[in-house]
Amino acid sequence: MLTDLYVFADSPVHRARPVVKIAALVVLCTSLFVCEGWTAVTVAGVLVFTGFALAGLGPRHAIVSVRPALWILAAIFAVQLYMTDVVFAGFIVARFVVLILAAALVTLTTRTSEFVDGILSALRFAPAWVPKAQIALAVSLFLRFVPLVRTALDDVREAQRARGLDRNIKAILVPLVVRILKTADEVSQAIYARSFD
Amino acid sequence: MDTRDVVFIALFAAIVAALAVFPPITLPVVGVPVTAQSLGVMLAGGVLGAARGGLALVLFLALVALGLPLLAGGRGGFGVFLGPSGGFLVGWIAAAFAIGFLTELFWNRLNYIVAFAICVAGGVVLLYAIGVPWIAAVAKIPVGMALTGSLPFIPGDIVKALVAAGVIVTVKRSYPIITPRARAQKQT
Repeated sequence: MLTDLYVFADSPVHRARPVVKIAALVVLCTSLFVCEGWTAVTVAGVLVFTGFALAGLGPRHAIVSVRPALWILAAIFAVQLYMTDVVFAGFIVARFVVLILAAALVTLTTRTSEFVDGILSALRFAPAWVPKAQIALAVSLFLRFVPLVRTALDDVREAQRARGLDRNIKAILVPLVVRILKTADEVSQAIYARSFD
Repeated sequence: MDTRDVVFIALFAAIVAALAVFPPITLPVVGVPVTAQSLGVMLAGGVLGAARGGLALVLFLALVALGLPLLAGGRGGFGVFLGPSGGFLVGWIAAAFAIGFLTELFWNRLNYIVAFAICVAGGVVLLYAIGVPWIAAVAKIPVGMALTGSLPFIPGDIVKALVAAGVIVTVKRSYPIITPRARAQKQT
């Protein structure tokens, strides 16, 4: 099954419409890059902190979100410290942390299905040249087939392990890709047979 | 773009997502994990071609942005694009498109060497040409220094290009999907 990063809770942040949250995120990110300096970062940091508190998210969620970028942030801090001073180096890293946490706040409080529904309903107002039905088909096929491809990958790895080839990544990828391409042809035949277009 | 193309796009995006289960090797000091996922980017272009390969990555990255933890190590959400290495993710779209375009162009002469050169051009040269200035811009460090910091990843990406070239050539022999660019133009 596909799970998203959503953390279950009921709060004003959770209930806000996805469009509103994305708009807020875009405004925050843009203003952080337009007005540089500690003031902007502090204001944004307080806003994000309030958001985390309102949504009932703890420091654990914040740490998990920032951790993947930790090493690269440390490297950037070192380079900036070497080139400028500690204030500017701290500002650059603090800005990244605030940006990542703001984005995490949106991600952790919104279900992927809410976003997808929002996008698909917004597509009704899209101009005629946008292939709405095809976008909807691609998104739903993708969500359906990620677990299937994972199963196929496991099958192929098992089969190649029996041949002693489980460390050979090419011996795993070729059967996987060919199998998925065949599946794709079968699925599109099935869609044609049901007169989807 | 008919239904068959849409299905190819969706299923190849799913392959890129599934490749996240190969455990990532995180290099010390720099921290961008070396994953099998950028291998999926090369394959998307080399197996599906320019338009479908690029769109497969657009679909995949859109759903990552919407909060599915599909990147290696279970990462996802808007944050990964706002972090310092976001340029490499956006660059995947361009890399898949470029690899697909070149593969279509050289389809009739495609062998292991050509496929490897194509994968390096799109998946290493072009990708770093997008990702490195991006780091330099958002972290306010000189481009040269950002490039030095990215150098440790290049050997890993070259190995991935070697593997991807092998897969692309074998898949071309067993289940070709791409219509070569020259012939496609004659037909229209």
